[in-house]
Amino acid sequence: MQPATPLDPDAAISVRGLVKRYGDSAAVDGLDLDIRRGEIFALLGPNGAGKTTTVEILEGYRERDGGDVRVLGVDPADGGRQWKADLGIVLQSGAGDSQLTCLELLRAQAAYFPDPRDPAEVLDLVGLTEKAGARGRTLSGGQRRRLDVALGIVGRPRLLFLDEPTTGFDPEARRQFWSLIRSLRDLGTTMLLTTHYLDEAEELADRVGVIARGRLVEVAVPAELGGRGRAPAVVSWTDNGVRRTAETATPTAFVRELSGSFPGEVPDLAVARPTLEDVYLRMIGESA
Amino acid sequence: MTATTERRLPPVAAVCRTRAGVELKEFFRQRESVVFTLMFPVILLLVFGAVLDYDLGSGVSFTQYFVAGVIAAGILGASLQNMAIGIATERSDGTLKGLAGTPMPKSAYFVGKVVQVLVVTVAIIVILLAIGVAIYGIHLPSGRDWLTFAWVAALGSAACTLLGIAVSSLARNGRSASATVTPIALVLEFISGVFFQFSQVPTWLQTIASFFPLKWMAQGLRSVFLPDALAADEPAGSWELGRVALVLGIWCIVGLALCVRTFRWQDRTDR
Repeated sequence: MQPATPLDPDAAISVRGLVKRYGDSAAVDGLDLDIRRGEIFALLGPNGAGKTTTVEILEGYRERDGGDVRVLGVDPADGGRQWKADLGIVLQSGAGDSQLTCLELLRAQAAYFPDPRDPAEVLDLVGLTEKAGARGRTLSGGQRRRLDVALGIVGRPRLLFLDEPTTGFDPEARRQFWSLIRSLRDLGTTMLLTTHYLDEAEELADRVGVIARGRLVEVAVPAELGGRGRAPAVVSWTDNGVRRTAETATPTAFVRELSGSFPGEVPDLAVARPTLEDVYLRMIGESA
Repeated sequence: MTATTERRLPPVAAVCRTRAGVELKEFFRQRESVVFTLMFPVILLLVFGAVLDYDLGSGVSFTQYFVAGVIAAGILGASLQNMAIGIATERSDGTLKGLAGTPMPKSAYFVGKVVQVLVVTVAIIVILLAIGVAIYGIHLPSGRDWLTFAWVAALGSAACTLLGIAVSSLARNGRSASATVTPIALVLEFISGVFFQFSQVPTWLQTIASFFPLKWMAQGLRSVFLPDALAADEPAGSWELGRVALVLGIWCIVGLALCVRTFRWQDRTDR
């Protein structure tokens, strides 16, 4: 065990030793986390690992049983209206059914915030301009989710929480969403993203944290998670109808040598590095 | 500590106005709530007025008696039933949780609800009186009776709104709130002198009814719509306006205490 470092006052989010218990079991069990201002941080982890519990403690929805937390310099347990004015929250469950149109919902939401974005511009940003006059409950699943995101960003948040924002999106909608997130980052918004989609984390996140059994197992840039950057390559080919594989730190030399033992093409040759999914599955498997 | 510039929050009054607008749109655009809350008492008045067209004595028609009861039932629907079902729905579908995550002052949410109840209640009363006068020739109250009308309606509405907000926390969602509150409201209406003359209700049911606000609202409103000679038919032989104010006032306090203790912005399963 390393000695506990103090909370980072400059971080957008700083967490030390966070504990949350439900009955006898600890959903979050000594979690440490620092998220820098301006970065997109993705929190990965299987269902029940403590992702949503952690995020909802940071958002001020749940009380913690132990540890220290600062979100934009404020303890969420004491967070008032001024603090909430700096947050944007896209909940996993989304907003409820409403008789109001998309534009009316956004206008109402904007009225709670000190310095909101223009509701019409926000609709445009999430690609719902055509649906401005449509009532919330007439939208498709993906459109609903984009409306949730619009409601989350209309208050011009400094810190945006996105809890599984693209669930139910088709691939096209997901790509559009990703470019929206990138443009928000360019405007300086800090984002904490939880997701089940590893490609999404890899695409968007500056850093990725893997949470398992209520603890943060590792934090790294996506390309280096789980020693991925240094992991040996796997070369595979077919020899006399038998599939063969070999792990090697020098795949180029290995393949050059391998090609000498075949008259022409090496049959079914493939060189692979572990994907983010491979290392992720290994990490959550180890901690289980 | 890095300094974050404080951005000035919008004034509470402005947010209250926004919430009032949201609540009115939510109510009047939803067919179920309009039919259930607004039209139900109107249909009752039309049907009962047509079927039960008899004289209560001293030249007073049953409709004159019934209009007091149906206004009380209308107030109950606009406040208790409407709040219990509406807020339970908003809690279970995440609307409340979403609002709790914004800098909206919590008081603005309740101001919006109160405005909704107020507008719907006034609309119900105006429609019922208009139909009563136009179709059944009921006599409108006069002079000081309007004052009694106003405070009984306001106090009853306040008590039932607070109770409705409190009851919403007991239900799992809007549907279960409706399934619980609607039958209870109907039973109370039967035993509180809405559909029948209260004097025809068995004494033990009268006793049960007198624990709840509806009986007192209906009684207070009868004092407005009926000639004083008919006060003799009341259990105490008088309109008991002092006791009407007392019981409704107590329910306001009980309802407020329950609201403060039980109100949740999130689902129970969500903790």
